[in-house]
Amino acid sequence: MEQYEPDRLSPAQVAAMRRSFRTGRAALTRRSLLRASAGGALAAGGLGTLSACGIPAAGNTQGGVSAEDHSEKEKTVNFSNWTEYMDVDDSGRRHPTLEAFTKRTGIKVKYTEDINDNTEFFGKIKPQLAAGQDTGRDIVVLTDWLAARLIRLGWVQKLDPANLPNAFTNLSAQFRNPDWDPGRAYSYPWQGISTVIAYNKKALDGVEVKTLSDLLDDPKLKGRVGLLTEMRDTVGMTLLDMDKDPAKFSADDYDAAIARLQKAVDRGQVRRFTGNDYTADLTKGDFAACLAWAGDVVQLKADNPDIEFLIPDSGYMTSTDAMLIPNKARHKTNAERLIDYYFEPRPAARLAAYINFVCPVDGVKDELAKIDQDAANNPLILPDKAMQAKSRAFRSLSSKEETVFEEKFAKLTGA
Amino acid sequence: MAAVTEAPPLAPAPETKPPRRPRRRGRWTPYLLLLPGLLWLLVFFALPVIYQASTSVQTGSLEEGYRVTWHFATYWDALSEYWPQFVRSVLYAASATVLCLLLGYPLAYLIAFRAGRWRNLIMILVIAPFFTSFLIRTLAWKTILADGGPVVGVLDALHVLDVTSWLGWTAGDRVLATPLAVVCGLTYNFLPFMILPLYTSLERIDPRLHEAANDLYARPSTTFRKVTLPLSMPGVVSGTLLTFIPATGDYVNADLLGSTDTRMVGNVIQSQFLRILDYPTAAALSFILMAAILFMVTFYIRKSGTEDLV
Repeated sequence: MEQYEPDRLSPAQVAAMRRSFRTGRAALTRRSLLRASAGGALAAGGLGTLSACGIPAAGNTQGGVSAEDHSEKEKTVNFSNWTEYMDVDDSGRRHPTLEAFTKRTGIKVKYTEDINDNTEFFGKIKPQLAAGQDTGRDIVVLTDWLAARLIRLGWVQKLDPANLPNAFTNLSAQFRNPDWDPGRAYSYPWQGISTVIAYNKKALDGVEVKTLSDLLDDPKLKGRVGLLTEMRDTVGMTLLDMDKDPAKFSADDYDAAIARLQKAVDRGQVRRFTGNDYTADLTKGDFAACLAWAGDVVQLKADNPDIEFLIPDSGYMTSTDAMLIPNKARHKTNAERLIDYYFEPRPAARLAAYINFVCPVDGVKDELAKIDQDAANNPLILPDKAMQAKSRAFRSLSSKEETVFEEKFAKLTGA
Repeated sequence: MAAVTEAPPLAPAPETKPPRRPRRRGRWTPYLLLLPGLLWLLVFFALPVIYQASTSVQTGSLEEGYRVTWHFATYWDALSEYWPQFVRSVLYAASATVLCLLLGYPLAYLIAFRAGRWRNLIMILVIAPFFTSFLIRTLAWKTILADGGPVVGVLDALHVLDVTSWLGWTAGDRVLATPLAVVCGLTYNFLPFMILPLYTSLERIDPRLHEAANDLYARPSTTFRKVTLPLSMPGVVSGTLLTFIPATGDYVNADLLGSTDTRMVGNVIQSQFLRILDYPTAAALSFILMAAILFMVTFYIRKSGTEDLV
């Protein structure tokens, strides 16, 4: 039988007991908290182990690090994509194009919508890739500048052209030779993204906008203009507006574009810089006009007739979300077959009809017309010749440029 | 003491094994009970803090890797570059804390002393918003404060917006994307953290003390000043801490409800860490923020003159 024996307790325990007897709750007092915080500060200050930590250099192995390919034994592929970036049936739970793929090939697709933001997702997979570990994903879909960075760091695998016959034949000409992945050795586009100017007719109230300059200068739009936090879209559109080519601009051109934007920000013309959440501001009319992604505009127009878009004469920015196979992915061949599948006209058309982004596949028009005539004729989904001629891409940046440019842009947006 | 006197007859050989076992178990039990908590703190607090401290004095780039070079200048650079955001964070968090106290104290008082059978219902109403996500709650404020919305309409008609925009709290005839919207968002999101400790403190006050004060001819205001308020100070202190500390580091409200001139230090850390990929500066900013909060909190607790915090 256990009995209470005070002399068997350590002095600290006795002290703790006395403290708790005094008020019943005084275990957390002003003094104890002060003492604890002082102790914490001391502990943090006196650490001699700091040098032990460090981040290893990115293993720059061109061609990527492949793991043993388990494609034959494990008939599965892990596909990480953005939310609402895949066709869905009426029940909202099944993805018809993916199911058709599984039916034909026997490869099960584990489809995860776990990408919400390029920068956040990079932060998430960076430790594993830097340490040369499997991320558990066979395909990731990332916007081209981040895809370029992963290729630069040697964190993605080279694709095997033998597994990609459709992709090679059907890829649209305008996406064939990005300067960050010439000839598509590492990546294939999932969808193209056009950055255009969108406006709310009601909120605009008769003010006419034709160019980005109108948005940045017209005093009637003060505080009701939105720009994008995606540096390449906002600065790219500004460069175009200043008659500079975003595909080959100098550092001075970049600074000039930032200065141009800074002037508008300082005047209070720009309400705020947004990510995807600009759609709410635009439909409510808090933004009268803003930079917008064409895929969203197609959907917004369907819900709200006041929303319109325009393509400035100076051109518009096009980027892509690219499919990549990270280092050490276990099912490389399966992943390549899935990539290739989405370059067949039929699945590509089904996907385009559902998500309304720029379809990177040639020869889709007839298939798309069978599903949705309007979509087939919409230049935002299948750009016509005139539209393609106005499309511009942002040039790839070196790692140093990327840091400097992003920092200047962050200052522009307030931090 | 009884056990000590009883021990000899029960155990003829006092130094053999049996009596020792309970002693050992008794000695280690508290530490065993502490173990999960300590491990948790070690893995999820101490190690990340050490790691970040190390990152803050490293230099390098993603390609070349980062090495510890004891480059303390990062701290100075970060502070001289981003001090406006630090000042702003403290100002916004302090304003939100004061607003929370002004709104929360009467409500906590009402729940503790006057609510009667409505007490539970009001408590649920205070906590209910927490059933939805932080992000959704903040986004809801964009609808409430929308330019053409009723709130802005009424404020505009009453010429309140003229005053606030003269003070620099709002811009023109809008509330969203201004400092006022950010402070409102912070206040709303952290209000329950103020109300709950206040309620706990107030509820523990013995009603007989109020009666005694009344018997001694204290007016209600005197009773409040001399009895209720001093006894509720622990709640005030812990409520303000629970509000101020997270509000200073918050970046969601500034991101969704603010504009370019309302960015807080949390936004800077986020963009340094995720966009610019300047990990040392991000880590240094985090440490400066931690140190600043630690300093302010220490000062505040010393000045607040209360011994208990719960």
